[in-house]
Amino acid sequence: MLFWLVVLLFAVVIFSMFLGRYPVPGFISFERLSSDSLAQKLVFNLRVPRILTALLLGASLAAAGGVFQMIFSNPLVDPGFLGVSQGAAFGAAMCIIFLGGAAWAVQASAAFFGCLGLLLSYLLARRVRYGGWVLRLVLAGIAVSALFSAGLGILKYVADPLSQLQEITFWLLGGLWSITWRQFLTILPVVVISLFIIWRMRWRLNLLSLGDETAFSLGLAPTRERTLLLIAGVAATSAVISVAGIVSWVGLIIPHIARRLFGADSRYMIPASILIGSIFTILCDDLGRTLMAGEIPLGIITSLLGAAIFAYIMINQKLPTHK
Amino acid sequence: MDNTLLSFENITFTYPTGKTPVMKNFNLSIDKGTITVILGPNGAGKTTLLHLALGWLHPSTGKVKLLEKSLSVYTRRELGQWMGLVPQNENTPFDYSLLEYVLLGRTPYLEPLAMPSEKDLEISTQKLTEVGLSSLIHRSMPSLSGGERQLVLVARALAQQPKLLFLDEPTSHLDLSNKSKLVNVLRGLQSQGVTIVFTTHEPDVASALATHMVLMREGEILQTGPIDQVMNDVSLTALYHLPIQVKEIDGKRVVLWDN
Repeated sequence: MLFWLVVLLFAVVIFSMFLGRYPVPGFISFERLSSDSLAQKLVFNLRVPRILTALLLGASLAAAGGVFQMIFSNPLVDPGFLGVSQGAAFGAAMCIIFLGGAAWAVQASAAFFGCLGLLLSYLLARRVRYGGWVLRLVLAGIAVSALFSAGLGILKYVADPLSQLQEITFWLLGGLWSITWRQFLTILPVVVISLFIIWRMRWRLNLLSLGDETAFSLGLAPTRERTLLLIAGVAATSAVISVAGIVSWVGLIIPHIARRLFGADSRYMIPASILIGSIFTILCDDLGRTLMAGEIPLGIITSLLGAAIFAYIMINQKLPTHK
Repeated sequence: MDNTLLSFENITFTYPTGKTPVMKNFNLSIDKGTITVILGPNGAGKTTLLHLALGWLHPSTGKVKLLEKSLSVYTRRELGQWMGLVPQNENTPFDYSLLEYVLLGRTPYLEPLAMPSEKDLEISTQKLTEVGLSSLIHRSMPSLSGGERQLVLVARALAQQPKLLFLDEPTSHLDLSNKSKLVNVLRGLQSQGVTIVFTTHEPDVASALATHMVLMREGEILQTGPIDQVMNDVSLTALYHLPIQVKEIDGKRVVLWDN
């Protein structure tokens, strides 16, 4: 069944290449693509990098979400929760207001503050006086996220409502309208390495979800292995957030969908999350760029469709019985 | 010839967040092929003792040794092959099937990044059969009763094929027939040469299974030795601060207590 998801992913990528609003809303024909040089430029310089970035975005958020839910033994965790998402949002807003909104600067600032959010969460967690390490990290993440979201509130309040505020809001809702080959290639190595680590360590992820005592008794070094997976998840998440803004719900919902379809075992859950996340995000982005003449922010579509699909699967799908 | 498998030498242990030591000048050795029961009131330090034995907790002073060598000379994977643990309880937030869960016990035998093989699957299925859960292997963990979960944890530890097995209150949720089944499973392990250490609050289980007994109170050993020397009115009364009588009925020890 995983094989068919791979086939579906390829099909969706090809399908999306031909879908757009040039020359008319809908599909572009082969003849047109082979004769029209503007169409060729449009497809290969704008659509293809955008589709491939959507693929990385969906894969990273879903994989990191799956990893975080496992290593924190908590099915309600989202990849941005350790201060990463709110930190990045704060950084982007700061840059838009005080440094002008050049795309590269917004990305750099978002990535910097995303990592700062994580660092603060980590340092705070080390000083919390009670609870196990996992609980302390979760609590610290909540506190740091709240801090940055308060800061973001202040920035939105002082932003110029006619230009800056719109730009901030659009960034917060996430989108891939500005993606070029250069941006795709910038995040590609980080994402590929992180996903590779997560994919190779997926069996051990199962053990980490059972708690340290058990993981240790089965021969793991839980603290070390959890830290490595955490870094891989955060690196992938920060990389994609920095170019795409905050695309919500993918990281929370896709792992649940994968678990419903393939079971809890991360041998299947992790690859399924990566594939379903990619397919889902590419399709959502297709809708965002073709449905209306203007661009619909990606985050709105992922939330809307994600929630609907999730509710449907929760109600209708029986738990998988295993091979 | 020295028959010692595991030894605790002058252990003191204080939790990082605590002030008073949980273990005080603790010395104990466990011989190969024995079944040792650790008996003691709540909070005596029984679980801490098992965690120290696993290497999960490090003693503040003193050394835990496996075959005369400090635990720190073994790799994580080697220790995973040596020692298994059946914890008191375990958090399972996700819907694993029983088979997937027991399969996790094979991890110490896998290369660090490898996936379990058909053979691992076979062993896991067989261990689930041994604890009497073969009809439930595709059921999900959260749908089980407390006693069934406890048996799954035992099956996972069996799949780990340890030479030294620790069980933390393994019978606390089991009904009488499952208790007797577990006692038989553990006796079978002993006959294959596995050394067993377990804690319990049930003297009948202790008496039915153990060859040796350790009486612990407030992080110290009150008495230790072969079970027929240790399990008597005087020592148990001193252990629980409660009038206790040990009677023999049809060759079995029975514990009576009085308010």
